[in-house]
Amino acid sequence: MKSLAELAAIREKMQNKVVIRDGSSEIRVVVGMATCGIAAGARPVLNAFVEGVNEAGLADKVAVTQTGCIGVCQFEPIVEVFEAGKEKVTYAHMDAEKVKRVIQEHLKNGKPVAEYAITNV
Amino acid sequence: MKELSLNILDIAQNSVKAGADKIDVLLEENEETLVISIADNGCGMSEEFLKNVQDPFCTTRTTRKVGMGIPLFKLAAEQTEGNLTITSKTKEKFSDESGTTITALFYKNHIDFTVLGDIVSTIVTLIQGQPDIHWHFNHKINKDEVGVDTDELKSVLGDVPLDNFEVICWIKEYLEEQYNEIGYN
Ligand SMILES: Nc1ncnc2c1ncn2[C@@H]1O[C@H](COP(=O)(O)OP(=O)(O)O)[C@@H](O)[C@H]1O
Ligand SMILES: [Mg+2]
Repeated sequence: MKSLAELAAIREKMQNKVVIRDGSSEIRVVVGMATCGIAAGARPVLNAFVEGVNEAGLADKVAVTQTGCIGVCQFEPIVEVFEAGKEKVTYAHMDAEKVKRVIQEHLKNGKPVAEYAITNV
Repeated sequence: MKELSLNILDIAQNSVKAGADKIDVLLEENEETLVISIADNGCGMSEEFLKNVQDPFCTTRTTRKVGMGIPLFKLAAEQTEGNLTITSKTKEKFSDESGTTITALFYKNHIDFTVLGDIVSTIVTLIQGQPDIHWHFNHKINKDEVGVDTDELKSVLGDVPLDNFEVICWIKEYLEEQYNEIGYN
């Protein structure tokens, strides 16, 4: 059975770790979570990013956040990737499978997945 | 929406946008009915506004896009012969007592009932997205109940934020385990 003691253990562990998270992650992944995004499948996309970023060991480098309507319903689920000094990359029609590739190729290796990206939005 | 849990995610985002710092997601079901209620302490809506918000085709709003979130949730309830009600108090009139409660009643055995679906995923997504809000989730199923209250978790976690990955995983497993325990699927 899950217990609050396990949470206390997580706290302990975090306190012993030098925390460098100061809200300034190098990369910000933003998932559109308004009505149209949610209906089109944004929830599993968001969760795939949250899990995948951690499994790839990128938690200190990448922040996964949610936003309202990005404004182009027909392209939902939409994901935007912001990185300091680089142009924003917008991915359209995302799903959990595509997320894996974006994490591997873009977030980890720095090469946006052109196939999923759209321009001029 | 394919699942009511997706409507819940969408409706709760309205509460987030309304500036709420406490949001209750309460579900109560038996063999026949499911009642979903989302209550917040956000800015509220005026009576005038409330009338328009429930019907996308009868809006006085001209400058902004017509929202579909509430109408979709209402439709999902009404197509089972159920209903949706909203009560709201505006910040202007009620200051600290402001807030909105949306309650939807569903008849589960109706052919047009939409499944609840992955409610755990919805709750976890809400907490991940807004870790500073006090979330209270409770799901009563006949005599059993499942739930989580983020203030309780915070008192144990101290400085560790709720959107810490390990914490998020813990919350997910915590809820899944409670559902398994009572044999709910
Ligand atoms: N809980 C709430 N508190 C305050 N205002 C709300 C709330 N829920 C909805 N509203 C208002 O009603 C509008 C319509 O909501 P909705 O149907 O979900 O569409 P949308 O969120 O896309 O605008 C919102 O834009 C907001 O102004
Ligand atoms: Mg909405």
